[in-house]
Amino acid sequence: MKMKTYFSRGNLVVKLDGEIDHHSIKEFRDELDKMIGESRPKTMILELSSIDFMDSSGLGLVLGRYKKLSEAGSKMLIKNPTPEAERILKMAGVDKLVRIIKQKDA
Amino acid sequence: MKKKESKKTNYFSCTFPAKSVNEGFARGIASAFCSQLDPTLEELCDVKTAISEAVTNCIVHAYKDEDDLKKKKITLKGEYGGSCLKITVKDCGCGIEDIEKAMQPMYSGGGEERSGMGFSIMECFTDKLAVKSKKGVGTTVILKKYIGKVSEE
Repeated sequence: MKMKTYFSRGNLVVKLDGEIDHHSIKEFRDELDKMIGESRPKTMILELSSIDFMDSSGLGLVLGRYKKLSEAGSKMLIKNPTPEAERILKMAGVDKLVRIIKQKDA
Repeated sequence: MKKKESKKTNYFSCTFPAKSVNEGFARGIASAFCSQLDPTLEELCDVKTAISEAVTNCIVHAYKDEDDLKKKKITLKGEYGGSCLKITVKDCGCGIEDIEKAMQPMYSGGGEERSGMGFSIMECFTDKLAVKSKKGVGTTVILKKYIGKVSEE
């Protein structure tokens, strides 16, 4: 999995590429938490349009970051999830906690 | 809808260390094997996801208290007959004390970074899920899925 991050209008944009599983998220989770803690973004936009695979470990990653962002008074948005990722997110009810947006440009 | 199962026409078995790097490896094997049944992309994704959940459970839960790397092994077996794909994921880990509780949605014994949706996803993405476990002996997860198109050879 690859992770790209950048800031746009006070928002932290996180783009994940590749396969999200228990193995691949290990190295990125702490880095992401550090960025959230240091930058205190208004919103973290999680872009999931280039995900090839996601299982419940991806749900754990999303829900864990949602919790941390909420504690810091920040919001989370999920942008353009693949149909497979969206299916798993909705199955776990993540769409009731986090807004899922579908658009071509941020 | 219940479909009649025929005799197995192909099968595989492999054993690998319970290392997280092998989660993708297990998905790859299961995916390649399932591909022989000419699945749709959605069916293939379902199989990969269910296998990933079962294998991750072995790594995260089954061997959490085991330090001896030689004992931390996962056996993955697959077979199909007709349109029924059967995948078995077996570990020799600590076992599940309360299977019913472990299978409840959002329940996790693996800490707050685990979503507790592993078994729910396995149930939802397959046609039949069976879990056998004995404390201190290990756990076997059997997943069955009927694949739409069949190529008999």
